[in-house]
Amino acid sequence: MSRNARRLLLRIAFYVLVIFIVIYTVFPFYWAINSSLKAGTDLFSAAFLPPSPAWTNYVSVFEDQPFALNILNSVYVSGVTVIISLFLAVTAAYALGRIKFSGRGVLLLVVLSVSMFPQIAVLSGLYEVMRWLGLIQRLESLIISYVIFTLPFTVWILTTFMRELPKELEEAAIVDGASPWQTISRVFLPLLGPALATTGLLAFIAAWNEFLFALTFVGNNNETQTIPVAIANFSGASEFELPWGGIMAASVIVTVPLIVLVLIFQRMIVSGLTAGAVKG
Amino acid sequence: MATVKLENVTKSFGELQIIKGVDLEINDNEFVVFVGPSGCGKSTLLRLIAGLEDITSGDLSIDGSVVNDLPPSERGIAMVFQSYALYPHMTVYENMAFGLKLAKESRESIEGKVREAARILQLEHLLDRKPKEMSGGQRQRVAIGRAIVRNPKVFLFDEPLSNLDAALRVQMRIEIAKLHHDLDATMVYVTHDQVEAMTLADKIVVLHGGIVEQVGSPLELYHHPRNLFVAGFIGSPKMNFIATKVTAVDDAGVSVTLPGGETIKVPVNGENVQPGDKVTYGVRPEHMIETGDADAHIDGEVFVVERLGGDTYAYVRAEGTEMITVQTSGDSHVGVGDKLHIGVSAATSHLFVADGDALPLLARNPMADARKGGMLSDAPGPKAEPH
Amino acid sequence: MTADASAIAPENLGTETAPRASKLTRQRVRSAWIFITPMLIMLALVAGYPLISTIYYSFTDRLLIADHNTQFIGFNNYLYYGPNLNNYDEELDGYFVYYEDTDAALVYRDDGVFYDLDTEDPDTGAMDPYAGEIDTADVFEWQGLLVDSLWWRSVWNTLTFSVVSVGLEIVIGLVVALILNANMPGRAVIRAAVLIPWAIPTIVSAQMWSWMLNDQYGVINEILLSWGWIESRLAFTADRFLALPSVIAVDVWKTTPFMALLILAALQLLPGEVYEAAKVDGIHPVKQFFRITLPLIRPALMVAVIFRALDALRIFDLIYVLTSGSRDTMSMSIYARQNLIDFQNVGYGSAISTGLFLIISAFTLIYLMLGRVNFDQER
Repeated sequence: MSRNARRLLLRIAFYVLVIFIVIYTVFPFYWAINSSLKAGTDLFSAAFLPPSPAWTNYVSVFEDQPFALNILNSVYVSGVTVIISLFLAVTAAYALGRIKFSGRGVLLLVVLSVSMFPQIAVLSGLYEVMRWLGLIQRLESLIISYVIFTLPFTVWILTTFMRELPKELEEAAIVDGASPWQTISRVFLPLLGPALATTGLLAFIAAWNEFLFALTFVGNNNETQTIPVAIANFSGASEFELPWGGIMAASVIVTVPLIVLVLIFQRMIVSGLTAGAVKG
Repeated sequence: MATVKLENVTKSFGELQIIKGVDLEINDNEFVVFVGPSGCGKSTLLRLIAGLEDITSGDLSIDGSVVNDLPPSERGIAMVFQSYALYPHMTVYENMAFGLKLAKESRESIEGKVREAARILQLEHLLDRKPKEMSGGQRQRVAIGRAIVRNPKVFLFDEPLSNLDAALRVQMRIEIAKLHHDLDATMVYVTHDQVEAMTLADKIVVLHGGIVEQVGSPLELYHHPRNLFVAGFIGSPKMNFIATKVTAVDDAGVSVTLPGGETIKVPVNGENVQPGDKVTYGVRPEHMIETGDADAHIDGEVFVVERLGGDTYAYVRAEGTEMITVQTSGDSHVGVGDKLHIGVSAATSHLFVADGDALPLLARNPMADARKGGMLSDAPGPKAEPH
Repeated sequence: MTADASAIAPENLGTETAPRASKLTRQRVRSAWIFITPMLIMLALVAGYPLISTIYYSFTDRLLIADHNTQFIGFNNYLYYGPNLNNYDEELDGYFVYYEDTDAALVYRDDGVFYDLDTEDPDTGAMDPYAGEIDTADVFEWQGLLVDSLWWRSVWNTLTFSVVSVGLEIVIGLVVALILNANMPGRAVIRAAVLIPWAIPTIVSAQMWSWMLNDQYGVINEILLSWGWIESRLAFTADRFLALPSVIAVDVWKTTPFMALLILAALQLLPGEVYEAAKVDGIHPVKQFFRITLPLIRPALMVAVIFRALDALRIFDLIYVLTSGSRDTMSMSIYARQNLIDFQNVGYGSAISTGLFLIISAFTLIYLMLGRVNFDQER
C-alpha cells in the first residue's frame, strides 16, 4: 500500500471515530427530544423521527404535575445557594489566597476534604439539624445543606483566581488606605467578575442537579419537590405504566436551558473546572 | 518638610536575614537612590519604609516620629510601583481619586487635587481613559499622579522605569528630575540601573547583601569608592582590578608594581600597610591612555576591540591579569593583536587592601563635592509623549 | 527587580512569626480570621456537626421517629453476638427466641436471662426464667455491619462500579481529549457536543437511558434486534448480569466529558517544542504518547482520577433511578439511605454511612500517599 493511501485510510478512520463520538454523546439527548414529541402509541415505535410531532407531552407535564412549581423551587434553591456560597467564598478566598497567617494550610485542607465528603455520611446528622431548625419539607433545608458541596469548591476555585491577581495592585490599595474589605469590594471584586460568573454557574449547576438531599428533605411532597426529585418520581395515570413521553418532555425542558448556558459559557466553565482541579 | 531616618533596621524572612542593620538619614527634599545588584535588599528596604513589610528590629522615623507601627496610609508616603499597579477597572481620574475618596475628602477638594496633578503631568485629556487604553509612559505618569494627589511627605519609587523601553526611559527620567525640582519633595528611588542613579540622585545608597556599602553623592562614589564593591559597581565599563603587592610606603603614598614591572606611587594614606602586603590596584578604563607618556605604564596585547562610535573599548591581556579594559577615543586605530603601552595616572588610581576596603586618597577630588546636575527653574518641561 | 523581596517572600505581606508584627500585619491577620469565620461556621453546621452526629448515632439504636428513646449500644451496630435483633418486641421488653431443640418459645432480656413465654402472666406480663438447658450457640448469631452480606455486596458493587467506570473514563477520556487536541475543522462543534452529557442533570440522564434501555420499547433493544446482535429483548436494568454493566455504561457516558476536558486542559499546557524535538528525532507517534505525553499529564490525570473516584464511590442517584437499588446494583450510599430513611433505622444506617466514610477516607489516604498528589501547589 502506498504511503498516501495509508495516510488517507488513517484519516478516514480518524473521522469515523470522531463521528462515532459525536453520535455517542448527542444521541441520548436527541432520543429524548424525539420521544417527547411522540404522542400516544407513537411513543412505542422506534421511529427516528416522530411520525406526527405533537406537544401533548409538554402540555401534560404542566397540567398533570405541579412542574412549573418544581422549576420555581429549583430556581429559588439554586439561586439562593449560589448567592450565599459566593458571598462566603469571596471573603474566605481573599483571606486564604492573599493573607499569610498560621493555620492557612490546615484550613485549605479542611475545605478540600469537605468537598470530598460523601454526602450520605452527613445525611442522618443533617436530618437532625434540619428537624431541629424546623426545616423538614421546606426548601430552606436544601439551601443550607447544599452549601456543603458548593462552598468548598467555590472557595477553592476563587482562591486560585485570587492568587493570580497582581500583588502590587493590593499594595497600591493598601498605600491608598484601603481596608481589607475595601480592597475586596472596590478593587478585587470588579476584577473577579468572570471568575465569579464561572464559579457561580458551576455552583448553580451542582445545586440544580442535586438529588440525595432533595429526595430526603423535601421529597415527600409534590409541591416542595425540586426538579430532579420530580423527574425521578414522575408518575402517570396508571401505577404500572410510567409516562415516558412526559418524563422525556420534562427532561428536555430542564436540560435545554442548561445546555444553552453551558455552550455559551463553554470556555469559562472549562477554565473554572481546570482551575479547581488541574492547577489545584 | 520631611526627613526619614533608619536606625539599625533589620528584616528577616524566617531564618533568612535580608536587611542586616541599616543606618541611614534622608534629608528634607533630598532625592535618594538605592542601588545595588539583584537580591541586595534595596526593594525590601523601600518596602520597609513604605510599611508594606514589617521591620524585624530597629527604628524607622519619618519627620522625627517613629512609624514602625503605622500602616502605609498613615505614614505620609506615596509609592509608585514597578508595574504601575493601576486599578484596571477605574479611569485615570478614579485611579487618582481612589485614595482621597477612601480618606473621605470632599468632592471639590478631590476634584481640585486630581486636576492639579493632571495638569502637572499633562494628563488632562486622558482623565476618562482606562489604563488599558494608554501607553506605558502614560500609565507611568498616572501612577505618579496617584502619588502626587496624596501630597505625601515622601515619594517612594520602586524601579518605576524598568518596564519602559530605552528611549522612553530617558524621557521619564528627565520628567522625574523635573518633578522633584518642581515639587521640592523628599524622594526615595530604587533602581538597578546606575545611569538612573547617577543622574537623578542627590545621594546614592549602595546596597550589597543587605548592608549599606557606601552613601554619598554620585561623584563622591565615583571618585572615592570606599571599597572594591562600590568601585566595581559604580562606573561603566567597570573599573579594572589588578592584584599586586606593596613595594614601598611613605607620606606621599603607597608604591605598587604593575604588570610589566613598572612601579606607580598612588597618593593614598598608607598608615595601615607595609611593603609586601597584598593589595588590589584599581583604575577606571576611561582614566587609561592607549599609549603615550604617563606616571606609569602597563604592557599588554589587545585581544578584542569594540567600537561604539564615540568610544572604543580595547580588551587587553597583560601579564598576571585576566583582562584589562581600556577606553579610548572613537577614532583610535587600535586593532586586535596590537601591543599596547598603556599609560595610567597616579591621581586617578585606587588601592584596596585585602579585605576590600579602599585606602583613602590623600587629596579629595574637586568634583566629589561639585554641585549636582540640575535644570533651570524655568526650563521647559520635556514634551508630552505623543499618543 | 521586585524579585529582591518577592523571591524570598513569594507572596503576600508580612510574616507569620515576625517578632514585632506591625499594625498592618495584625490588622490583616485579624481580618483574615473575620473573613474565614462565617465560612467555618457554615461548614461546621452542614459538615462537621452532622458528620460527628452520624458517627455517634452509629453507636446507638436511634430510630427516625422523633420521640424514640435512644440508647447507647456500643459496637452492636457493627458486630454483635446475641439473639436476632429483628426479633425485639417492645411489649415483651426483650427478644423473642424460638428454641428448636425443646420447641420452646422464649424471651431474652437485657439481664441475660431466658424467660419462658408460656409462663407469662396475662395481667402483669411477668414471666419465669426458663427451666431447661439452652445451648446459646443455637439461638445466638453474629449480627451487625461486619457480617451483613448485603453490606458486603454493596461494598463489592460500589468498588466494582468505581474501578471499572473510572478506568473506562480514563481511557475514553484520553481518546476524546487527544482528538479534541488535534487540529481539525469543526473542533468547537465537537467540543460542544462532548459537553452535552456533562450539562445534563444526572437524574435526567438516568431517565433518558432508562427509557432507551427499556426492556419492551427501548431503542437500544430495537437497534440490537435489527442488527441481529440479539434474538430477544433484554431487560438491561433488571437482569442480574446486565444491571451493573448498564449502570456503568450510563455513568461513563455522563462523566467522560469531565475527564476529557480536564485531560484536554493538561494537554494544552504541554510545550510544543518537546513534540517538535521528538519529530526531529523521528520518534513514532505511539511511542511519543507513552514516553512523553502520558508522563507529562500524569499529575493532572492523578487529580482528575481522585475527583472522579470519590464521586463514583458515593454513587447514589443514577442507581436509584436506573435500577431502584436492587441487590445486584446496591451501592453503599443506596444501602445507607434505605436503612436511614426507608427503614427508619438511624443507628444502623449511620453505621453504614460511617463504614462508607471510613472506606473513602482510607482510599483517599492511600491514593494520596501512593500517588504523591500535590494539591497545594502554592505559587
